[in-house]
Amino acid sequence: MREVSTKDIIKAVRDLCIDANYNLGKDVEDALGKAYEKEESPVGKATLSQILENVQISKQGEFPMCQDTGNAVVFVDMGDQVLIKDGNLFEAINEGVRQGYKDGYLRKSILSDPIERKNTGDNTPAVIHLDIVKGDKLKIIVAPKGGGSENMSEVKMMKPSDGVEGVKDFVIDMVKRSGSNPCPPVIVGVGIGGSFEKCAEMAKRALLRPIGSKHPNPFYANLEAELLEKVNKLGIGPQGFGGTQTALAVHIETYPCHIATFPAAVNINCHVARHKEAVL
Amino acid sequence: MAQKRIKTPLTDEVVKDLKIGDDVLITGEIYTARDAAHKRMVELLDKGEKLPFDIKGQLIYYVGPSPARPGKVIGSAGPTTSGRMNKYAPRILEAGSKGMIGKGEMGSGVQDALKKYTGVYFAAIGGAAALIAKSIVGNELVAWEELGAEAIRKYTVKDFPAIVVQDCHGGNLYQEGVKKYQRV
Repeated sequence: MREVSTKDIIKAVRDLCIDANYNLGKDVEDALGKAYEKEESPVGKATLSQILENVQISKQGEFPMCQDTGNAVVFVDMGDQVLIKDGNLFEAINEGVRQGYKDGYLRKSILSDPIERKNTGDNTPAVIHLDIVKGDKLKIIVAPKGGGSENMSEVKMMKPSDGVEGVKDFVIDMVKRSGSNPCPPVIVGVGIGGSFEKCAEMAKRALLRPIGSKHPNPFYANLEAELLEKVNKLGIGPQGFGGTQTALAVHIETYPCHIATFPAAVNINCHVARHKEAVL
Repeated sequence: MAQKRIKTPLTDEVVKDLKIGDDVLITGEIYTARDAAHKRMVELLDKGEKLPFDIKGQLIYYVGPSPARPGKVIGSAGPTTSGRMNKYAPRILEAGSKGMIGKGEMGSGVQDALKKYTGVYFAAIGGAAALIAKSIVGNELVAWEELGAEAIRKYTVKDFPAIVVQDCHGGNLYQEGVKKYQRV
């Protein structure tokens, strides 16, 4: 067994919250640059130019990329040989988020109750997804998720007879209905299979994949490419002003499912897919 | 694309000259309000009471900024989704406001109100939050401090970049722009 200290977890999570909000991943920045080259609409090009400028300003460390510094969604892959003796993992993650959102001048956007709607004041509690994997490392991914894009997401319990055409219709319709709201060009996460809640989680995990990465199964890789092409024909464009670059990528994740079900989920991300990881 | 420089408070004349797709730089004062403040403002209007500031000619910016660093006027300050204010915007225009700044399409009720009351809806670029912050040179509380991030504030802006997306002539860039590039 290998011990990991909660002190290290807190510091890692704190630093990841700040890093994710100020420093855009290179794959996303490159994708935005390519979108600028390809965009045919003048307003769309001007918009992407401002977005790219904004990414550079944010790297200087004074202003986060977006004022919506998001719900702290945290994915943890905990090695089965990892032992945490000096505290509780979830409490440590939340303390890291608390510190990161304070020290990083990030917005506190979490409400303690969805109906009463009083702010918790420190952007906790985080939403934590924990998986046990083989090994002695603790991998933490912090993926702040903004509200605007999150609102443009859905789970659909389709019939098995709806088939792959049903998935295509669902994804394209979701991007169309979202329109300008999720700050296009978007990244589309799709989860297929699992269960009602599992496919939603998979759709969100799909957003963590490097932009331009293909699904290892050629069938799904082709489906990703086909959906990206079709979604870009919707004409929504950057910020919904009209244009050819409506989405930067479509990523699909799948999981085995029940014989009577065909669940699917779409989780839309804005054009800044913010996620940073640390391995302890 | 030539940029138009405009100063607040706006007049009907200035608003009528603005068409969808126009690239503008706004200088002057703008007022910020989101869901909770709008609910309160409409309640006051319903009761025939005065709003907590003189709204004539003013623009409302839909925003909830990140915290300001010491010595800075404001944190990142990009727009929030305007669609949530669809229900309220026509009443605010009726009360004398000349328009809104936000992001995302606003509904047909708002489009009609822009025509009826001579108003304009600007989009600020969602994703240019840090860039936008640089154009905000003053930040003052106006009302309802207890609403926290949703209080009404007044920003002094210099060359705040925005695009006309819905105008008083019935133009809607979200619809017309998309139609132009749709290849279904």
